[in-house]
Amino acid sequence: MTELVNAQHLGLAFSNHQVLKDLSFTIERGSMTSLIGPNGVGKTTLVRLLIGNLQPTEGQLVINPDRQHLNIGYVPQFRNLEAEYPLSIRSFVSLNQLDRRLPWKTRKERQALDQILAQTHLTSLQKTTVGNASGGEKQKAYLAQALISKPDLLILDESTASLDIETKEEVMALVAELNREYDLTVIFVTHDLELARKYTDHYLFLKHDQYEAGPMTQLDPNLELD
Amino acid sequence: MLTFDFMRHAFVASTFIAITCGLIGVFVVARNMSFLAHTLSEIGFAGASFGVFMGIAPLNGMLLFTLLSSITIGQMSAKESRREASISAISSLFVGLGILFLSLSNRNASYATNILFGSIIGISLADVYQLIILSGVIMLGLLLFYRYLVFDSYDPIGAQAQGLKTNLLSIYFLILLAVSVSIAAQIVGSLLVFILVTIPAFIAKYFAKSVPGMLVIAVGAALLGVWLGLWFGYLTNWPVTFFIAIIEFGFYFVALVYHRSLSR
Repeated sequence: MTELVNAQHLGLAFSNHQVLKDLSFTIERGSMTSLIGPNGVGKTTLVRLLIGNLQPTEGQLVINPDRQHLNIGYVPQFRNLEAEYPLSIRSFVSLNQLDRRLPWKTRKERQALDQILAQTHLTSLQKTTVGNASGGEKQKAYLAQALISKPDLLILDESTASLDIETKEEVMALVAELNREYDLTVIFVTHDLELARKYTDHYLFLKHDQYEAGPMTQLDPNLELD
Repeated sequence: MLTFDFMRHAFVASTFIAITCGLIGVFVVARNMSFLAHTLSEIGFAGASFGVFMGIAPLNGMLLFTLLSSITIGQMSAKESRREASISAISSLFVGLGILFLSLSNRNASYATNILFGSIIGISLADVYQLIILSGVIMLGLLLFYRYLVFDSYDPIGAQAQGLKTNLLSIYFLILLAVSVSIAAQIVGSLLVFILVTIPAFIAKYFAKSVPGMLVIAVGAALLGVWLGLWFGYLTNWPVTFFIAIIEFGFYFVALVYHRSLSR
Protein backbone atom coordinates (compact mmCIF):
# COMPACT_ATOMS: atom_id res chain seq x y z
CA MET A 1 0.00 0.00 0.00
CA THR A 2 1.16 3.51 -0.71
CA GLU A 3 0.71 6.49 1.52
CA LEU A 4 -1.87 9.04 0.59
CA VAL A 5 -1.53 11.30 3.62
CA ASN A 6 1.51 11.67 5.84
CA ALA A 7 1.36 13.97 8.86
CA GLN A 8 4.52 14.64 10.88
CA HIS A 9 4.33 16.46 14.23
CA LEU A 10 1.33 18.35 12.98
CA GLY A 11 0.01 21.18 15.12
CA LEU A 12 -2.39 24.04 14.82
CA ALA A 13 -2.92 26.97 17.13
CA PHE A 14 -5.39 29.82 16.83
CA SER A 15 -4.09 32.91 18.65
CA ASN A 16 -2.57 31.08 21.65
CA HIS A 17 -5.22 28.37 21.69
CA GLN A 18 -3.62 25.04 20.75
CA VAL A 19 -6.18 22.92 18.91
CA LEU A 20 -3.96 20.14 17.57
CA LYS A 21 -0.49 19.25 18.84
CA ASP A 22 2.31 16.92 17.72
CA LEU A 23 0.11 14.68 15.64
CA SER A 24 1.82 12.08 13.42
CA PHE A 25 -0.07 9.55 11.35
CA THR A 26 -0.34 8.12 7.84
CA ILE A 27 -3.32 7.20 5.76
CA GLU A 28 -2.77 4.57 3.11
CA ARG A 29 -4.35 4.45 -0.27
CA GLY A 30 -7.44 2.26 -0.31
CA SER A 31 -7.83 2.23 3.47
CA MET A 32 -10.87 3.18 5.52
CA THR A 33 -9.98 5.19 8.60
CA SER A 34 -12.30 6.30 11.37
CA LEU A 35 -11.54 9.65 12.92
CA ILE A 36 -12.97 9.44 16.43
CA GLY A 37 -12.84 11.45 19.62
CA PRO A 38 -15.00 13.45 22.00
CA ASN A 39 -16.64 16.74 20.95
CA GLY A 40 -14.37 19.77 20.72
CA VAL A 41 -11.18 17.75 20.41
CA GLY A 42 -10.33 19.06 16.93
CA LYS A 43 -11.76 16.50 14.50
CA THR A 44 -13.31 19.13 12.27
CA THR A 45 -10.13 21.20 12.45
CA LEU A 46 -8.12 18.20 11.26
CA VAL A 47 -10.58 17.71 8.40
CA ARG A 48 -10.19 21.37 7.45
CA LEU A 49 -6.42 20.89 7.39
CA LEU A 50 -6.80 17.87 5.15
CA ILE A 51 -9.03 19.63 2.65
CA GLY A 52 -6.68 22.61 2.59
CA ASN A 53 -9.09 24.99 4.25
CA LEU A 54 -6.57 25.67 7.03
CA GLN A 55 -2.76 25.55 7.10
CA PRO A 56 -0.83 23.86 9.94
CA THR A 57 1.14 26.14 12.25
CA GLU A 58 3.56 23.35 13.23
CA GLY A 59 4.94 20.22 11.59
CA GLN A 60 4.01 19.19 8.12
CA LEU A 61 1.17 17.56 6.30
CA VAL A 62 2.11 15.88 3.03
CA ILE A 63 -0.90 14.90 1.03
CA ASN A 64 -0.30 12.51 -1.82
CA PRO A 65 3.50 12.31 -2.00
CA ASP A 66 3.65 11.04 -5.59
CA ARG A 67 1.34 13.52 -7.28
CA GLN A 68 0.90 17.25 -7.29
CA HIS A 69 -2.76 17.52 -6.61
CA LEU A 70 -5.09 15.33 -4.65
CA ASN A 71 -8.76 15.51 -5.38
CA ILE A 72 -10.73 15.31 -2.13
CA GLY A 73 -14.43 14.67 -1.91
CA TYR A 74 -15.87 16.05 1.30
CA VAL A 75 -19.38 15.30 2.54
CA PRO A 76 -20.13 17.92 5.21
CA GLN A 77 -22.10 17.25 8.34
CA PHE A 78 -25.09 19.54 7.78
CA ARG A 79 -27.08 20.29 4.70
CA ASN A 80 -30.36 22.14 5.05
CA LEU A 81 -32.41 21.33 2.00
CA GLU A 82 -36.07 22.24 2.45
CA ALA A 83 -38.95 19.90 1.61
CA GLU A 84 -39.74 22.00 -1.49
CA TYR A 85 -36.19 21.72 -2.79
CA PRO A 86 -36.84 21.43 -6.51
CA LEU A 87 -33.87 19.60 -8.02
CA SER A 88 -34.03 15.91 -8.83
CA ILE A 89 -31.39 13.63 -7.34
CA ARG A 90 -29.78 13.41 -10.79
CA SER A 91 -29.54 17.20 -11.13
CA PHE A 92 -28.31 17.52 -7.56
CA VAL A 93 -25.50 15.01 -8.09
CA SER A 94 -24.48 16.72 -11.33
CA LEU A 95 -23.94 20.06 -9.54
CA ASN A 96 -20.38 18.95 -8.82
CA GLN A 97 -19.49 18.31 -12.47
CA LEU A 98 -17.23 21.32 -12.84
CA ASP A 99 -14.61 20.26 -15.36
CA ARG A 100 -16.23 22.33 -18.09
CA ARG A 101 -17.69 25.82 -17.97
CA LEU A 102 -20.58 25.77 -20.39
CA PRO A 103 -24.07 24.80 -19.22
CA TRP A 104 -24.66 21.81 -21.47
CA LYS A 105 -23.30 18.43 -20.44
CA THR A 106 -21.26 16.32 -22.83
CA ARG A 107 -22.10 12.70 -23.55
CA LYS A 108 -19.10 11.70 -21.44
CA GLU A 109 -20.43 13.71 -18.51
CA ARG A 110 -23.87 12.18 -18.84
CA GLN A 111 -22.31 8.71 -18.88
CA ALA A 112 -20.23 9.51 -15.80
CA LEU A 113 -23.43 10.65 -14.09
CA ASP A 114 -25.26 7.43 -15.05
CA GLN A 115 -22.34 5.44 -13.72
CA ILE A 116 -22.15 7.18 -10.35
CA LEU A 117 -25.93 6.91 -9.89
CA ALA A 118 -25.66 3.18 -10.57
CA GLN A 119 -22.74 2.76 -8.16
CA THR A 120 -24.64 4.51 -5.38
CA HIS A 121 -27.87 2.58 -6.14
CA LEU A 122 -29.74 5.73 -7.06
CA THR A 123 -30.61 4.96 -10.68
CA SER A 124 -34.26 4.20 -9.99
CA LEU A 125 -34.57 7.28 -7.76
CA GLN A 126 -32.80 9.76 -10.01
CA LYS A 127 -35.97 11.65 -10.91
CA THR A 128 -37.16 12.00 -7.31
CA THR A 129 -36.62 15.50 -5.97
CA VAL A 130 -34.08 15.71 -3.16
CA GLY A 131 -36.76 17.41 -1.05
CA ASN A 132 -38.91 14.28 -1.30
CA ALA A 133 -36.09 11.80 -0.69
CA SER A 134 -35.68 9.97 2.62
CA GLY A 135 -32.76 10.64 4.97
CA GLY A 136 -30.77 7.68 3.65
CA GLU A 137 -31.48 8.56 0.03
CA LYS A 138 -30.32 12.11 0.69
CA GLN A 139 -27.06 10.83 2.21
CA LYS A 140 -26.49 8.65 -0.84
CA ALA A 141 -27.11 11.67 -3.07
CA TYR A 142 -24.57 13.72 -1.07
CA LEU A 143 -22.13 10.84 -1.40
CA ALA A 144 -22.74 10.54 -5.15
CA GLN A 145 -22.28 14.30 -5.55
CA ALA A 146 -18.89 14.16 -3.81
CA LEU A 147 -17.90 11.08 -5.85
CA ILE A 148 -18.76 12.53 -9.27
CA SER A 149 -15.54 14.57 -9.23
CA LYS A 150 -13.61 11.26 -8.91
CA PRO A 151 -11.89 11.99 -5.60
CA ASP A 152 -8.80 10.08 -4.44
CA LEU A 153 -9.92 10.60 -0.86
CA LEU A 154 -13.45 10.78 0.48
CA ILE A 155 -14.10 12.43 3.83
CA LEU A 156 -17.44 11.74 5.49
CA ASP A 157 -18.14 14.14 8.34
CA GLU A 158 -20.65 12.53 10.72
CA SER A 159 -22.63 11.60 7.63
CA THR A 160 -24.66 8.95 9.37
CA ALA A 161 -25.35 10.84 12.59
CA SER A 162 -28.95 11.79 11.83
CA LEU A 163 -30.00 8.43 10.39
CA ASP A 164 -31.79 5.46 11.96
CA ILE A 165 -29.74 2.31 12.59
CA GLU A 166 -30.89 0.45 9.51
CA THR A 167 -30.16 3.38 7.18
CA LYS A 168 -26.77 3.97 8.81
CA GLU A 169 -25.83 0.40 7.99
CA GLU A 170 -27.07 0.78 4.44
CA VAL A 171 -25.03 3.94 3.80
CA MET A 172 -21.90 2.49 5.39
CA ALA A 173 -22.26 -0.77 3.46
CA LEU A 174 -22.35 1.32 0.30
CA VAL A 175 -19.22 3.22 1.31
CA ALA A 176 -17.45 -0.05 2.09
CA GLU A 177 -18.51 -1.44 -1.28
CA LEU A 178 -17.11 1.63 -3.09
CA ASN A 179 -13.91 1.28 -1.08
CA ARG A 180 -13.54 -2.39 -2.07
CA GLU A 181 -14.49 -2.13 -5.71
CA TYR A 182 -12.95 1.21 -6.66
CA ASP A 183 -10.08 1.39 -4.19
CA LEU A 184 -11.52 4.59 -2.73
CA THR A 185 -9.70 5.91 0.35
CA VAL A 186 -12.14 6.95 3.06
CA ILE A 187 -11.92 8.99 6.26
CA PHE A 188 -15.02 8.56 8.35
CA VAL A 189 -15.49 11.15 11.11
CA THR A 190 -17.84 9.65 13.66
CA HIS A 191 -19.03 9.21 17.21
CA ASP A 192 -20.47 5.82 16.39
CA LEU A 193 -17.85 3.29 17.54
CA GLU A 194 -19.96 0.34 16.52
CA LEU A 195 -20.11 1.50 12.90
CA ALA A 196 -16.44 2.46 13.00
CA ARG A 197 -15.45 -1.03 14.18
CA LYS A 198 -17.66 -2.78 11.71
CA TYR A 199 -16.82 -0.88 8.54
CA THR A 200 -13.38 0.71 8.84
CA ASP A 201 -9.96 -0.90 9.10
CA HIS A 202 -7.95 1.88 10.78
CA TYR A 203 -8.59 4.48 13.40
CA LEU A 204 -7.27 7.83 14.52
CA PHE A 205 -8.48 8.60 18.02
CA LEU A 206 -8.03 12.22 19.08
CA LYS A 207 -8.06 12.98 22.78
CA HIS A 208 -7.28 16.20 24.56
CA ASP A 209 -3.46 16.61 24.33
CA GLN A 210 -2.83 13.11 22.98
CA TYR A 211 -3.93 10.69 20.31
CA GLU A 212 -3.83 7.07 19.21
CA ALA A 213 -3.64 5.66 15.71
CA GLY A 214 -3.49 2.14 14.33
CA PRO A 215 -5.38 -0.74 12.81
CA MET A 216 -8.94 -1.08 14.09
CA THR A 217 -8.10 -4.40 15.77
CA GLN A 218 -5.92 -2.48 18.25
CA LEU A 219 -8.68 -0.13 19.40
CA ASP A 220 -9.65 -0.74 23.03
CA PRO A 221 -12.78 -2.94 22.82
CA ASN A 222 -14.20 -1.35 25.96
CA LEU A 223 -13.77 2.20 24.74
CA GLU A 224 -16.75 4.52 25.07
CA LEU A 225 -16.72 8.09 23.82
CA ASP A 226 -19.50 9.84 25.67
CA MET B 1 -49.03 47.05 -33.81
CA LEU B 2 -45.40 46.69 -34.84
CA THR B 3 -45.78 49.29 -37.58
CA PHE B 4 -45.18 51.98 -34.96
CA ASP B 5 -41.58 52.74 -34.03
CA PHE B 6 -42.33 53.06 -30.32
CA MET B 7 -44.04 49.66 -30.27
CA ARG B 8 -41.14 48.02 -32.08
CA HIS B 9 -38.68 49.53 -29.60
CA ALA B 10 -40.85 48.41 -26.70
CA PHE B 11 -41.14 44.91 -28.16
CA VAL B 12 -37.41 44.44 -28.75
CA ALA B 13 -36.39 45.94 -25.40
CA SER B 14 -38.91 43.94 -23.42
CA THR B 15 -37.95 40.71 -25.18
CA PHE B 16 -34.33 41.07 -24.10
CA ILE B 17 -35.27 42.19 -20.61
CA ALA B 18 -37.67 39.29 -20.14
CA ILE B 19 -35.05 36.75 -21.18
CA THR B 20 -32.48 38.26 -18.83
CA CYS B 21 -34.88 38.50 -15.89
CA GLY B 22 -36.16 34.96 -16.43
CA LEU B 23 -32.60 33.65 -16.32
CA ILE B 24 -31.35 35.67 -13.35
CA GLY B 25 -34.61 35.07 -11.45
CA VAL B 26 -34.01 31.32 -11.25
CA PHE B 27 -30.79 32.03 -9.35
CA VAL B 28 -32.45 34.72 -7.21
CA VAL B 29 -35.12 32.28 -6.08
CA ALA B 30 -32.62 29.47 -5.47
CA ARG B 31 -30.52 31.81 -3.33
CA ASN B 32 -33.57 33.09 -1.40
CA MET B 33 -32.83 36.62 -2.50
CA SER B 34 -36.27 37.83 -3.65
CA PHE B 35 -36.44 40.59 -1.08
CA LEU B 36 -32.89 41.59 -1.76
CA ALA B 37 -33.86 41.99 -5.42
CA HIS B 38 -36.74 44.18 -4.33
CA THR B 39 -34.46 46.29 -2.16
CA LEU B 40 -32.06 46.70 -5.05
CA SER B 41 -34.93 48.02 -7.13
CA GLU B 42 -35.79 50.56 -4.44
CA ILE B 43 -32.17 51.60 -4.42
CA GLY B 44 -32.60 51.82 -8.19
CA PHE B 45 -35.52 54.19 -7.66
CA ALA B 46 -33.28 56.47 -5.60
CA GLY B 47 -30.63 56.18 -8.32
CA ALA B 48 -33.09 57.06 -11.07
CA SER B 49 -34.33 60.08 -9.11
CA PHE B 50 -30.74 61.07 -8.53
CA GLY B 51 -30.20 60.81 -12.29
CA VAL B 52 -33.17 63.09 -12.93
CA PHE B 53 -31.87 65.52 -10.35
CA MET B 54 -28.38 65.55 -11.85
CA GLY B 55 -29.62 65.66 -15.41
CA ILE B 56 -28.29 62.22 -16.43
CA ALA B 57 -30.36 59.35 -17.81
CA PRO B 58 -32.41 57.64 -15.05
CA LEU B 59 -31.13 54.22 -16.15
CA ASN B 60 -27.53 55.37 -15.64
CA GLY B 61 -28.39 56.76 -12.22
CA MET B 62 -30.01 53.46 -11.40
CA LEU B 63 -27.01 51.43 -12.52
CA LEU B 64 -24.71 53.68 -10.53
CA PHE B 65 -26.68 53.27 -7.30
CA THR B 66 -27.47 49.57 -7.59
CA LEU B 67 -23.92 48.61 -8.55
CA LEU B 68 -22.35 50.66 -5.77
CA SER B 69 -24.72 49.29 -3.16
CA SER B 70 -24.95 45.67 -4.31
CA ILE B 71 -21.81 44.58 -2.53
CA THR B 72 -22.56 46.46 0.68
CA ILE B 73 -26.10 45.19 1.03
CA GLY B 74 -24.90 41.69 0.17
CA GLN B 75 -22.52 41.80 3.09
CA MET B 76 -24.99 43.49 5.45
CA SER B 77 -27.58 40.85 4.77
CA ALA B 78 -25.25 37.85 4.56
CA LYS B 79 -26.38 36.64 7.99
CA GLU B 80 -29.83 35.10 7.65
CA SER B 81 -30.80 36.22 11.14
CA ARG B 82 -30.44 39.89 10.41
CA ARG B 83 -31.31 39.84 6.74
CA GLU B 84 -34.87 41.12 7.16
CA ALA B 85 -33.82 43.93 9.47
CA SER B 86 -30.99 45.08 7.22
CA ILE B 87 -33.18 44.95 4.14
CA SER B 88 -36.00 46.94 5.77
CA ALA B 89 -33.59 49.59 6.97
CA ILE B 90 -31.85 49.95 3.63
CA SER B 91 -35.15 50.04 1.71
CA SER B 92 -36.48 52.86 3.87
CA LEU B 93 -33.31 54.88 3.51
CA PHE B 94 -33.25 54.67 -0.26
CA VAL B 95 -36.95 55.28 -0.86
CA GLY B 96 -36.52 58.39 1.30
CA LEU B 97 -33.53 59.49 -0.76
CA GLY B 98 -35.47 58.88 -3.96
CA ILE B 99 -38.28 61.13 -2.80
CA LEU B 100 -35.77 63.82 -1.84
CA PHE B 101 -34.01 63.79 -5.21
CA LEU B 102 -37.29 63.91 -7.08
CA SER B 103 -38.53 66.85 -5.07
CA LEU B 104 -35.21 68.69 -5.48
CA SER B 105 -35.27 68.17 -9.23
CA ASN B 106 -38.61 70.01 -9.59
CA ARG B 107 -39.92 67.50 -12.11
CA ASN B 108 -43.61 66.84 -12.35
CA ALA B 109 -45.25 63.85 -10.79
CA SER B 110 -45.45 61.90 -14.04
CA TYR B 111 -41.69 61.48 -13.91
CA ALA B 112 -41.98 59.73 -10.57
CA THR B 113 -44.77 57.57 -11.92
CA ASN B 114 -42.59 56.50 -14.84
CA ILE B 115 -39.73 55.48 -12.58
CA LEU B 116 -41.93 53.70 -10.07
CA PHE B 117 -44.30 51.96 -12.47
CA GLY B 118 -42.36 51.72 -15.73
CA SER B 119 -42.57 53.45 -19.08
CA ILE B 120 -41.75 50.95 -21.78
CA ILE B 121 -43.79 52.74 -24.42
CA GLY B 122 -41.63 55.85 -24.30
CA ILE B 123 -38.36 54.07 -24.98
CA SER B 124 -35.99 55.45 -27.67
CA LEU B 125 -33.80 53.54 -30.10
CA ALA B 126 -30.66 54.53 -28.17
CA ASP B 127 -32.27 53.16 -24.99
CA VAL B 128 -33.03 49.92 -26.81
CA TYR B 129 -29.40 49.51 -27.79
CA GLN B 130 -28.25 50.19 -24.25
CA LEU B 131 -30.71 47.64 -22.85
CA ILE B 132 -29.63 45.01 -25.39
CA ILE B 133 -25.98 45.53 -24.49
CA LEU B 134 -26.70 45.31 -20.76
CA SER B 135 -28.77 42.14 -21.28
CA GLY B 136 -25.92 40.71 -23.29
CA VAL B 137 -23.46 41.46 -20.49
CA ILE B 138 -25.67 39.71 -17.94
CA MET B 139 -26.22 36.66 -20.13
CA LEU B 140 -22.51 36.39 -20.85
CA GLY B 141 -21.79 36.84 -17.14
CA LEU B 142 -24.13 33.97 -16.30
CA LEU B 143 -22.74 31.78 -19.06
CA LEU B 144 -19.10 32.23 -18.04
CA PHE B 145 -19.61 30.98 -14.49
CA TYR B 146 -22.78 29.01 -15.06
CA ARG B 147 -21.80 25.75 -13.36
CA TYR B 148 -20.23 27.46 -10.37
CA LEU B 149 -23.24 29.74 -9.90
CA VAL B 150 -25.65 26.81 -10.18
CA PHE B 151 -23.71 24.76 -7.62
CA ASP B 152 -23.41 27.67 -5.20
CA SER B 153 -27.08 28.64 -5.59
CA TYR B 154 -28.56 25.16 -5.21
CA ASP B 155 -26.15 23.68 -2.69
CA PRO B 156 -24.03 26.36 -1.00
CA ILE B 157 -22.74 23.98 1.67
CA GLY B 158 -21.74 21.38 -0.90
CA ALA B 159 -20.11 24.04 -3.07
CA GLN B 160 -18.08 25.27 -0.13
CA ALA B 161 -17.10 21.71 0.77
CA GLN B 162 -15.75 21.22 -2.75
CA GLY B 163 -13.60 24.32 -2.35
CA LEU B 164 -15.56 26.81 -4.48
CA LYS B 165 -14.94 30.46 -3.69
CA THR B 166 -18.51 31.06 -2.59
CA ASN B 167 -17.97 34.59 -1.26
CA LEU B 168 -16.58 35.79 -4.57
CA LEU B 169 -19.40 34.06 -6.41
CA SER B 170 -21.96 35.85 -4.23
CA ILE B 171 -20.50 39.25 -5.02
CA TYR B 172 -20.27 38.41 -8.70
CA PHE B 173 -23.92 37.36 -8.69
CA LEU B 174 -25.05 40.51 -6.85
CA ILE B 175 -23.41 42.64 -9.52
CA LEU B 176 -25.29 40.76 -12.25
CA LEU B 177 -28.48 41.10 -10.21
CA ALA B 178 -27.98 44.85 -9.77
CA VAL B 179 -27.79 45.32 -13.53
CA SER B 180 -30.79 43.02 -14.13
CA VAL B 181 -32.93 44.89 -11.64
CA SER B 182 -32.03 48.21 -13.24
CA ILE B 183 -33.05 47.08 -16.69
CA ALA B 184 -36.20 45.28 -15.49
CA ALA B 185 -37.31 48.55 -13.91
CA GLN B 186 -37.37 50.07 -17.40
CA ILE B 187 -40.44 48.01 -18.28
CA VAL B 188 -42.27 47.31 -15.07
CA GLY B 189 -40.94 50.10 -12.88
CA SER B 190 -38.86 49.83 -9.77
CA LEU B 191 -41.83 49.07 -7.53
CA LEU B 192 -42.72 45.95 -9.47
CA VAL B 193 -39.42 44.35 -10.34
CA PHE B 194 -40.75 41.21 -8.65
CA ILE B 195 -43.01 40.68 -11.65
CA LEU B 196 -40.17 39.82 -13.97
CA VAL B 197 -37.34 38.83 -11.67
CA THR B 198 -38.97 36.44 -9.25
CA ILE B 199 -42.48 35.36 -10.28
CA PRO B 200 -41.42 33.55 -13.47
CA ALA B 201 -38.74 31.73 -11.47
CA PHE B 202 -41.21 30.72 -8.77
CA ILE B 203 -43.50 29.38 -11.50
CA ALA B 204 -40.60 27.42 -12.97
CA LYS B 205 -39.83 25.85 -9.60
CA TYR B 206 -43.22 24.12 -9.67
CA PHE B 207 -42.74 22.55 -13.08
CA ALA B 208 -39.09 21.58 -13.51
CA LYS B 209 -36.66 19.40 -11.60
CA SER B 210 -33.51 20.53 -13.37
CA VAL B 211 -31.84 23.92 -13.64
CA PRO B 212 -31.98 24.10 -17.47
CA GLY B 213 -35.67 23.15 -17.27
CA MET B 214 -36.34 25.95 -14.80
CA LEU B 215 -34.44 28.44 -16.93
CA VAL B 216 -36.51 27.58 -20.00
CA ILE B 217 -39.84 27.82 -18.14
CA ALA B 218 -38.91 31.07 -16.36
CA VAL B 219 -37.80 32.73 -19.59
CA GLY B 220 -40.96 31.46 -21.32
CA ALA B 221 -43.23 32.81 -18.59
CA ALA B 222 -41.47 36.18 -18.57
CA LEU B 223 -41.58 36.46 -22.37
CA LEU B 224 -45.26 35.54 -22.62
CA GLY B 225 -46.04 38.07 -19.91
CA VAL B 226 -44.30 41.00 -21.57
CA TRP B 227 -45.48 40.17 -25.09
CA LEU B 228 -49.11 39.74 -24.08
CA GLY B 229 -48.82 42.75 -21.77
CA LEU B 230 -47.60 44.97 -24.59
CA TRP B 231 -50.32 43.70 -26.90
CA PHE B 232 -53.14 44.25 -24.38
CA GLY B 233 -51.66 47.63 -23.50
CA TYR B 234 -51.71 48.56 -27.18
CA LEU B 235 -55.32 47.40 -27.59
CA THR B 236 -56.76 49.03 -24.49
CA ASN B 237 -54.42 51.93 -23.75
CA TRP B 238 -54.20 50.71 -20.16
CA PRO B 239 -50.78 50.49 -18.47
CA VAL B 240 -48.56 47.69 -19.81
CA THR B 241 -47.23 47.10 -16.29
CA PHE B 242 -50.74 46.30 -15.10
CA PHE B 243 -51.19 43.66 -17.79
CA ILE B 244 -47.79 42.08 -17.19
CA ALA B 245 -48.54 41.95 -13.46
CA ILE B 246 -51.94 40.35 -13.92
CA ILE B 247 -50.64 37.82 -16.47
CA GLU B 248 -47.71 36.77 -14.30
CA PHE B 249 -49.99 36.54 -11.29
CA GLY B 250 -52.35 34.37 -13.36
CA PHE B 251 -49.49 32.07 -14.38
CA TYR B 252 -48.35 31.80 -10.79
CA PHE B 253 -51.86 31.00 -9.58
CA VAL B 254 -52.25 28.24 -12.17
CA ALA B 255 -48.81 26.84 -11.28
CA LEU B 256 -49.71 26.81 -7.60
CA VAL B 257 -53.02 25.03 -8.18
CA TYR B 258 -51.26 22.51 -10.42
CA HIS B 259 -48.57 21.92 -7.82
CA ARG B 260 -51.12 21.44 -5.05
CA SER B 261 -53.15 19.01 -7.11
CA LEU B 262 -49.99 16.97 -7.69
CA SER B 263 -48.96 16.83 -4.06
CA ARG B 264 -52.36 15.71 -2.87
